[in-house]
Amino acid sequence: MTGEFKLRGRVAARLGDNIDTDVIYPGRFLNITDREKTAEHLFELAYPEIRSRIRPGDFLVAGKNFGCGSSREQATAAIKYAGVGAVIAASFARIFFRNSINLGLPAVVSPEAAAALQEGDEVEVDLTGGVITRLATGEKFTAAPLDPRAAELLAAGGLVPFLKRKYGG
Amino acid sequence: MGMTLAEKILARASGRETVRPDEIVVAAVDLAMSHENADLVRKSFLEIGAPRVWDPERIVIILDHRVPAESERTAATHKAIREFVQAQGIRHFYDVGRGGICHQVLAENGHVLPGMVVVGTDSHTTTHGALGAFATGIGATEMAGVWTEGRLWFKVPSTLRILVRGEFAPWVCAKDLILHIIGRLGADGADYRAVEFDGPTIRAMTVASRMVLANLSMEMGAKVAFTPVDETLLEYLESRTGRTIPDSPDFSPDPDARYEKVLEIDVARDVPEPQVACPHSVDNVRPLSEVRGTPVHQAVVGSCTNGRLEDLAAAAEVVRGQRVHPRTRLLVIPASQRILLEAIRLGYIQTLIEAGAMINPPGCGPCVGVHQGILAAGETCISSTNRNFVGRMGSKDSFVYLASPAVVAASAIAGEIAHPEDVLGEEVA
Repeated sequence: MTGEFKLRGRVAARLGDNIDTDVIYPGRFLNITDREKTAEHLFELAYPEIRSRIRPGDFLVAGKNFGCGSSREQATAAIKYAGVGAVIAASFARIFFRNSINLGLPAVVSPEAAAALQEGDEVEVDLTGGVITRLATGEKFTAAPLDPRAAELLAAGGLVPFLKRKYGG
Repeated sequence: MGMTLAEKILARASGRETVRPDEIVVAAVDLAMSHENADLVRKSFLEIGAPRVWDPERIVIILDHRVPAESERTAATHKAIREFVQAQGIRHFYDVGRGGICHQVLAENGHVLPGMVVVGTDSHTTTHGALGAFATGIGATEMAGVWTEGRLWFKVPSTLRILVRGEFAPWVCAKDLILHIIGRLGADGADYRAVEFDGPTIRAMTVASRMVLANLSMEMGAKVAFTPVDETLLEYLESRTGRTIPDSPDFSPDPDARYEKVLEIDVARDVPEPQVACPHSVDNVRPLSEVRGTPVHQAVVGSCTNGRLEDLAAAAEVVRGQRVHPRTRLLVIPASQRILLEAIRLGYIQTLIEAGAMINPPGCGPCVGVHQGILAAGETCISSTNRNFVGRMGSKDSFVYLASPAVVAASAIAGEIAHPEDVLGEEVA
């Protein structure tokens, strides 16, 4: 099980504090309810260049209060379906954090890593152990370890598959 | 050791004697609200595969973000929601023309009572803390879980208590108080926390003004935000529900509750003039005097924050007998059909139209940047709404300032950010 919660990837972009959900996913596209399609509009107004830089499994790194603002789940979906493997931030706004757990996108809290990691860094994230490693130098940063409830949902692939097992016909 | 109101409600809803901050509880949900994103919830719910929602009586769906449908895609969304509520027997559905903005509709139709656990797929669900409910925003997939199970896990929040005393100066109001607090604490100043407002200034406020405080507390990250359950609120609830709601110790924090922090504010001293949140964050707050004279192209009175009757009254009072500046458009969006009707009856709508305002249909209007007043690059808007993020109301190169309805109306007359006193008494023939 532990192995499943180790991720490797590259930092595709580094963002500042208070990156809000309108910046992540503009309100005008909220009537798109196919999750995969939301990725087409990730950061469309404020940082349109980021989307094309993301390779599957890449990480986003951000400052504090990432995902503040609206409850729109499309903000989380757009990041996930753009191929991002995890978001590493100094802190997350609460609804975004819950949405990430529910959609199966790891949201990793690490003020140390958020301050140190740079674009292009190759990184290993041990979600269970709460350790982030910069592979080029071997530097290690502490992260909040995965909550057991979140681990269960991530393992299932998100809340929908988790509940499907219990209630699906 | 006593409990805060957030702790009390979560203890009750999770069947415990007491709870403490940072504990995880699973609470029964009393009310689950969604708007257009009910379509997203519906999709997740159907994927889960449960045949019926847990309790159709506890689900309320209100169309407000794109009303009437501004595109074929939205029309299809609305249609799918109508078919779903029909199939599931969800009676509390407010279609186009029957409701207004979800938070106003929930409150004015008596859906929310003190002590309830309310979740909504809208971040400003915190508004209902003004009615004594533990009310918070969640995402669509999480709501699909609530529709399936009728319960949800919460981390018990620690509580920040904000005690407010003093009398407001003329033209200073609840909006200015909460902008001041957000400016002081920052956009993450109440992240994950509960907020309890109390003190003589709060207790003297109308329920509508208290809703402004609870609503905007979200913009500093609050999970929930309460104002006191008192006679003013109980009278309001009686008028909404047609029945008496007896007060209960369950609706107030214990006197010996433990707070993470207590903040004391004297509005006469700390908020002596109207406040304005400047681009592009809600915590970038300046006193009005520092931004007075900034030219504005659009002025908006409306939203779940400030589209209620007292807000339209303040705007009408400021613009009465005057004309909106040639450079500026004034858009007014009553928060609900009921408020629109009442504003017509009281003459506010006529006053606003005579001044040159455009009245938009009740709903979220341009606040979400979808329709009914989108900004072009280089344009500046002053708005009584709740967010001024990059691109929130249109172009990424537009600028949004947030202020009270009176300041918005005054700025519409002046064509630049203005204090109501700057424009009052300048009647034109």
